Amino acid sequence: MIRRLNLKAWLLLLPALTLLVAFTHWPTLKTFWRSATWAKSDVAPSQFVGLENYELLIEDPVFWQVIQNNFWYAVGTVPTSIALAIGMALWVNGKIRHKGLLRLAYFTPTILPMITVANIWLFFYSPDIGLFDQLLRAVGIDGPNWLGDPDMALGSLMAMTIWKEAGFFMIFYLAALQTLSPELYDAAKVEGAGPWRTFWRITFPLLMPTTLFVLINALLNAFKLVDHLFILTKGGPNNASNLLLYYIYETAFSFLDSYYAATLTVVMLVALALIALAQMLFFDRKIHYR
Amino acid sequence: MLKVEGVSRIFGDKKVVDDLNFAVEDGEFVALLGPSGCGKSTSLKMIAGLEDPNTGTIELDGKDITHLGPGQRKLGMVFQSYALFPHLSVKENILFGLKARKVQKDEQQKRLTSVVDLVGLGEHLEKKPGQLSGGQCQRVALARAIVSEANLCLMDEPLSNLDAKLRNEMRTEIRALQQRLGMSVIYVTHDQVEAMSMADKIVLMNDGRIEQIGLPEDLYNRPATVFAAQFIGSPPMNIIPAGDKLLGVRPEHIRIEDGGMPGRVISCDYHGADTIVLADISSNGDTESLVKLRYPGHALFTAEQNISIHWKPEFEHQFSSSTRTSIDAQPTN
Ligand SMILES: Nc1ncnc2c1ncn2[C@@H]1O[C@H](COP(=O)(O)OP(=O)(O)O)[C@@H](O)[C@H]1O
Ligand SMILES: [Mg+2]
Repeated sequence: MIRRLNLKAWLLLLPALTLLVAFTHWPTLKTFWRSATWAKSDVAPSQFVGLENYELLIEDPVFWQVIQNNFWYAVGTVPTSIALAIGMALWVNGKIRHKGLLRLAYFTPTILPMITVANIWLFFYSPDIGLFDQLLRAVGIDGPNWLGDPDMALGSLMAMTIWKEAGFFMIFYLAALQTLSPELYDAAKVEGAGPWRTFWRITFPLLMPTTLFVLINALLNAFKLVDHLFILTKGGPNNASNLLLYYIYETAFSFLDSYYAATLTVVMLVALALIALAQMLFFDRKIHYR
Repeated sequence: MLKVEGVSRIFGDKKVVDDLNFAVEDGEFVALLGPSGCGKSTSLKMIAGLEDPNTGTIELDGKDITHLGPGQRKLGMVFQSYALFPHLSVKENILFGLKARKVQKDEQQKRLTSVVDLVGLGEHLEKKPGQLSGGQCQRVALARAIVSEANLCLMDEPLSNLDAKLRNEMRTEIRALQQRLGMSVIYVTHDQVEAMSMADKIVLMNDGRIEQIGLPEDLYNRPATVFAAQFIGSPPMNIIPAGDKLLGVRPEHIRIEDGGMPGRVISCDYHGADTIVLADISSNGDTESLVKLRYPGHALFTAEQNISIHWKPEFEHQFSSSTRTSIDAQPTN
């Protein structure tokens, strides 16, 4: 009986498992293997080279620049978009009319396809004729070259990401806020807690599960971002806005070096796994799950 | 100490609380009693400062607090759902208000120890509310309300989430605690037994208005309106039309005796200590006129059996059928 049940369970799992193994686990293993091999050309047989590809990586200045960019990109976008998301959710959750419309407005950036979003922002950022430069000119300021200036490119990219993610995360916070009992807030008021204390002692801790979820997603997104780069900067100028996944893409499909691309991919996989692991370990203890 | 004068609250175009007037004396336990939806919680929230009254004034210890923020009124409050902070330990829940009010650390500890002693939460201080039983949560909520040492404590149906046995225990406990601390309490409930057994004074509400204010025995013995007569007591007072008047008599005051009013048994409901007998006392041909009576012990009447019922005149109440208010010449005792 149990055996029959087990068999049935495995059979039910089979389609999903097949897909998962074929398109996730197997390629991952192959990537690890590939990162330890090298071939002179496409037709030459690949040979095992151990950690040579990784030595190459350590000496690659572009790799370090990309890692640095990714780091700043994460630091610059994740906390800001989370803070904005919480702020907007609190505001929308408050006593204002047309909640539905407002929610939709904030959600729009997320339901728009990335490529569309990037194209809209390309127009915002265009030198001289772009929206931002035109607005700045109206108040007598010569706008910078948002995407062309190496000092501005990454920042411009970050601004767009924050705009897009804050609205998305707000929806999660809004949902979480609506599960909190209004009586808790009545109790806090009667006990003499002001808005500041109420937020930090009650709302924020109770939103922690949402924050963890959002944080993981935001960090992973920061390392997985690629589509905006195709439209906006192509990683330029001079790699100033290049990020890890885009660099992997370039290496594999522009420079046609699939072995080095595999090596970079391993770095990225390890980084993503570490992020997820660290967050689980660090936060699981501190978060109150109901 | 608390004076509520002419307080009303309108939601949309509905007067949810209409011209509320009552007072609470020092150390008094006042029950705000009424059916669900009659505006009890709204009234309590206005006293707490969680709702703004549309008209009227609220005075606490001679000070007008009508539009003061809830935190500045220095009241304790126990909520129906307990409203404990789920992520904070029992201790942190209790100390929340003292910390918000920046009470000194050693004073905090002193008060914590004493309330924890009072409500008996000693070994649970570090637990989260999720790890406690309903009764324990209730105690934490109580502790949080009294640790502020406010003179007035508001309670909104604090026992309605507990099972019957625990409810009885907590009822006694809350009453004892209130008397020991000499607190004034406004206790909202829809349960007349709770109000009758705990309160010094009952404010009976119906549909946003006060029906009657009085001692529990006043409400029982001298109901001012048909509503009050039927709300207090179980089963409710029988109301029998008699010309332009309504006669009221409680089931427990009706006897089955020879030589009284003839009646016909419809059904019997055995309750252990007594039996509730439903009888029709209409004379032949009239529309049905049903009364309930409480018969001690196990009554063995069969349906359609003819009986004769009787009550002493002092147990009879009279109400005007137009205003539905009492027209008793003399208070009965
Ligand atoms: N915030 C509100 N907005 C509109 N109507 C309300 C609000 N709060 C309560 N009411 C209405 O006021 C009436 C009295 O409510 P409440 O004071 O909670 O009654 P009770 O506590 O006696 O059961 C109910 O009909 C309820 O629907
Ligand atoms: Mg209520």
